[in-house]
Amino acid sequence: MSSKKLNLTLKVWRQAGPDAKGEFKTYYAKNISTDASFLEMLDIVNEELEAKGEEPIVYEHDCREGICGTCGMVINGRPHGPLQGITTCQLHMRHFKDGDVIYIEPFRAKAFPVIKDLVVDRSAFDKIIQAGGFISVNTGSAPEANSIPVKRENAELAMDAAACIGCGACVAACPNASAMLFVSAKVSQFALLPQGLPEREIRVQKMVAKMDELGFGNCSNIGACEAECPKEIKITNIARLNREFYRARFLSNVED
Amino acid sequence: MGWFLRTFNYSIGKKLLMAITGLFLILFLCIHLFGNTFLYFGRDAFNNYVHILNETDLVYIIRVIEIILVIGFALHIWDGLRLWLQNRKARPNKYYIKAVDPQSTWTSRNMIYSALIIFVFLVIHLRNFWYEFKYGSIKETGATDYDIVVKTFQEPIYMIFYLISMVFLFLHLHHGFQSAFQTLGLNHKKYTPFIVWLGRTIAFILAAGFASFPIYFFFFYGGN
Ligand code: HEM
Ligand code: SF4
Ligand code: FES
Repeated sequence: MSSKKLNLTLKVWRQAGPDAKGEFKTYYAKNISTDASFLEMLDIVNEELEAKGEEPIVYEHDCREGICGTCGMVINGRPHGPLQGITTCQLHMRHFKDGDVIYIEPFRAKAFPVIKDLVVDRSAFDKIIQAGGFISVNTGSAPEANSIPVKRENAELAMDAAACIGCGACVAACPNASAMLFVSAKVSQFALLPQGLPEREIRVQKMVAKMDELGFGNCSNIGACEAECPKEIKITNIARLNREFYRARFLSNVED
Repeated sequence: MGWFLRTFNYSIGKKLLMAITGLFLILFLCIHLFGNTFLYFGRDAFNNYVHILNETDLVYIIRVIEIILVIGFALHIWDGLRLWLQNRKARPNKYYIKAVDPQSTWTSRNMIYSALIIFVFLVIHLRNFWYEFKYGSIKETGATDYDIVVKTFQEPIYMIFYLISMVFLFLHLHHGFQSAFQTLGLNHKKYTPFIVWLGRTIAFILAAGFASFPIYFFFFYGGN
């Protein structure tokens, strides 16, 4: 398939700092190849801005192959853009039409304050992980992988949950800015494996309490998170998180 | 006891309270709809039904159920408002472009609006019937409970208001029923499609069932 060239109008959220008032600024992206990725398109725009002595649009990226989760932004109202199951860096310009107007704004949530332009501070996720998203193992040489048997179904469900890259799109997509999908993935991946059992009851309580404390919203079972998650984490994980929470609160002696 | 109450300060605990009270209210609505069908058997049948509930020894059980019902409504409404306020606070800056993902339902995203209409309905409904049955001055003219119902539903404004309210009850339960099961942690690929179907069917039967009374008395009732 031969590539075509696109001329686009970008309306990009510019915000100088956390407390600055932001606004949309208009930029023109000219002669963009349909083979370019969305981030490459932004790079081209930024080069022009720099050449003109203007401040480039600040956005976050790292791996550019859909595995690190840093490249979050909201494109025409959808986290990671119009397609399902991919991150922004995996979005290509062939999905846009010549003459399109594209609105780009940051993830918006109280718990994810804007640092600059499209970059938000997602360290709230780190704090949730620190509260309980770990297991205790002896350091040293790696243990024999198959010494503890895991049933296949659990291994697969745990792997699916562990696919979460912590990108925050679930929070961005949720009308309540709830982090339940993220937390449910992190709780599930341990709850399903024997290695996660020693801290099972305390983990879920600590992580939910931290999530609440950081100002994320409550889950209304809307499912927008699942629809926008680049790793297609399912809300069945949220049901599991709920079960884990009730199990810990009502059936165990472990109190957070 | 402390551990028990503290559970409901966690976000998941708040949702648990929402789900339990919500399902309890649905159960009540089912019984309420069944009882109301006595309206279709004429004045004596309905008045007799109301009489049995209120003036035989059954009244003690009914009073207890009424108290639980009031508590159920109060907790559901209080918890719903508290969740809604917190959820709004979690996103202080709104998106400029509002796009909707391809999966989530309209009803799930607008629970608070269907809820507020149901709340207004509840107040007017209690004024119309609960208050009139008990303290209404119309009773002095010899009108029975049945007559109060007929008279209310023959007023166009109430008829239309009841119908509109039932549409919103349907919308609330369209999401609410299956949402409660998800909240309880009951999501399983073998059963969830059935729960979703059952919830929408119950939502429809309840809304259509309650709507049938104003429709009947406004359009088809010849009087007797
Ligand atoms: C007969 C009346 C009602 C019934 C049967 C009912 C039932 C339900 C059910 C089953 C749920 C789902 C619970 C869950 O997601 O776990 C729900 C959610 C909700 N209800 Fe009601 N409800 C009724 C009236 C009301 C009223 C009067 C209000 C408040 C003014 C209200 C506010 C809400 C809200 C805000 C939610 C969404 C909570 C959330 O997921 O964040 N409801 N309702
Ligand atoms: S659950 Fe999905 S959307 Fe949420 S942080 Fe993980 S990968 Fe991103
Ligand atoms: S840059 Fe790593 S996922 Fe997009």
